[in-house]
Amino acid sequence: MTWSIGIDVGSVSAKGVIFNGEKWDYVVIPTGWMPRQAGKEVLDQLLRKADIGLDNVGIIVGTGYGRVNLDFTHKTFSEIVCHARGAHYLFPQTQGIIDIGGQDSKAIAIDSEGKVKDFILNDKCAAGTGRFLQVMAQVLGYEVSELGERCGTTEPVEIGSMCAVFAESEIIGLLAQGVSQERIVAGVLLSIARRVGTMATKLNLGPHVTFCGGVAQNQILQRFLKEQTGWEMEAPEKPQLVGALGAAIIGYELCGGGK
Amino acid sequence: MRAKTMEYFDQLIPKGMVLAKEAKEQGKPVVGYYCVFSPIELIEAAGAIPVGLCATKQEPIAEAEKILPRNLCPLVKSSFGFAISGKCPFFHFSDFVLAETTCDGKKKMYELLSEHKPMIVLDIPNSATLEDLNEHWLKQIYRAKEYFEKNLGTEISREKLREVIKVYNEERKLIMELVSLNKHHPTPITGTDLLKVLWGRSFQFNRQEFLDQVKTLITELKEMVANGQFSCSPDSPRILVTGCPTGVGQEKVMGIIQECGGAVVLQESCSGIKGFVDLVDEAKDPFLALAEKYNKIPCACVSPNKGRLSLLSKLVEDFRVDGVVDITLQACHTYNIESYSVKEHLRKNHNIPLLQIETDYSESDTEQIKLRVEAFLEMLK
Repeated sequence: MTWSIGIDVGSVSAKGVIFNGEKWDYVVIPTGWMPRQAGKEVLDQLLRKADIGLDNVGIIVGTGYGRVNLDFTHKTFSEIVCHARGAHYLFPQTQGIIDIGGQDSKAIAIDSEGKVKDFILNDKCAAGTGRFLQVMAQVLGYEVSELGERCGTTEPVEIGSMCAVFAESEIIGLLAQGVSQERIVAGVLLSIARRVGTMATKLNLGPHVTFCGGVAQNQILQRFLKEQTGWEMEAPEKPQLVGALGAAIIGYELCGGGK
Repeated sequence: MRAKTMEYFDQLIPKGMVLAKEAKEQGKPVVGYYCVFSPIELIEAAGAIPVGLCATKQEPIAEAEKILPRNLCPLVKSSFGFAISGKCPFFHFSDFVLAETTCDGKKKMYELLSEHKPMIVLDIPNSATLEDLNEHWLKQIYRAKEYFEKNLGTEISREKLREVIKVYNEERKLIMELVSLNKHHPTPITGTDLLKVLWGRSFQFNRQEFLDQVKTLITELKEMVANGQFSCSPDSPRILVTGCPTGVGQEKVMGIIQECGGAVVLQESCSGIKGFVDLVDEAKDPFLALAEKYNKIPCACVSPNKGRLSLLSKLVEDFRVDGVVDITLQACHTYNIESYSVKEHLRKNHNIPLLQIETDYSESDTEQIKLRVEAFLEMLK
């Protein structure tokens, strides 16, 4: 049986998916300081999980910012096409993707076959990315993963700064004024949803949009983003795996898998 | 494969620096200019050497930022930095500068620059629908004529100007013949090499030698095509680059496109073919003909700018373009806003996608640009 492997080395975590045309399994580990080593570790863990050797693998496809460093991949593709393929596989009716990763956020318009029609990425600053969320969580003394539960349905406070550094000062100012942490968390999430929502509506993706990337795990942000764009939005159970899954699918087709 | 004649063009700017000095030592007047709106035929007809001024590198920007705001177009900052730091020999050896009020950043920068060098600033209206546009331009041409005559102690006669216009028209035709070779697929010359030739044209001190070399290059490229030798592989998507000026020293984005497997077929911008597509009408009064040619330049600083859309339409068809990359310099509002209209125009009328890259002259965004370009090329395949 032919297997393909997709490895997506992002700024925060390294993800891998192993795929045989029907089933797929995955591994997620922190990228840490050595993207190449993280990618290799993902590969080893995937092989162990599937209980196969490297000679059973037809192709390894790399994606994500760390892809250039992986010497064991056969091919690399940008995360944009990989996200498109992954999302199309999971939700065949999807017309667009919003992906919020550690370092960037993107919106991708795709056709009915999962091919990229257009895309847009945030400019080179942290606003609207996972990193922005991380910095704000740190100021408030929370883990990023906690942010969703921390605000519930409280009224978001207005956060005007789009620069991560200025937003940090703004939050410190709001705390000093006695604004509750919950309202600030909601404000931070809303500001990201606005930023990314505005970017995504430039491409007119909707109405069936897949929300992916690690940040998509945050339910409140997902809700805000839906309100901002007016689109239906589905997030897969493991939204950070979409890129690696797409890479594995592209690889599977390239090595003639299933045919 | 690369044409051997390109070695001449590799050396053109460094050699020009030496020649600028020699020209001055021989008492030959030199007039610097920045922009494709500069009617350089007038400079030549006044018996001076027209030369482009340095503008497209990161290096002098820190010096400029001591005076200019940081959040300003890198082209304006770089021009100013080069001039005030004495690092641009062409500026140094210029008797004066012919400038123009193309954008707000430049026109305010020129106010500061005039402390360092005498200059004449042509008043370019930013409206393409100004009722007396031609008359206005004609007045500016006459203003420049009088300035040159007074400062160079010469007279610009109609006959002299006619002669120069003829020479420049020949040059334009030759350059367009060179560019047209890239209608072939795969392309015989890379976009960055084409840039080197077109950009180098403003820094040459021996026109005849330059023209001869362009002719040799054309012959060599034709031979390459006949022998099946090209500058890119047959599966390279064909990319047209448009947007803000992209000069030598700032080939970052074009370099990335080529590195990622795209073929930059040509550049529709003022550093590309914008100034070469239209000829000056030789049958008309030369001053009027100059005014008419230069006010037709389809730059985003002019509104409305329909000319750019029709030029792009023609180019994407003629050169069988697969995708367009629009390079916008940071803080260049006109090109940045116009990018939307260009994208919609290409999508609706030609079904050709556009990727906008907003950048400056630093290397800090290389990886981000690579990701966008790679994905764009994957999308075109």
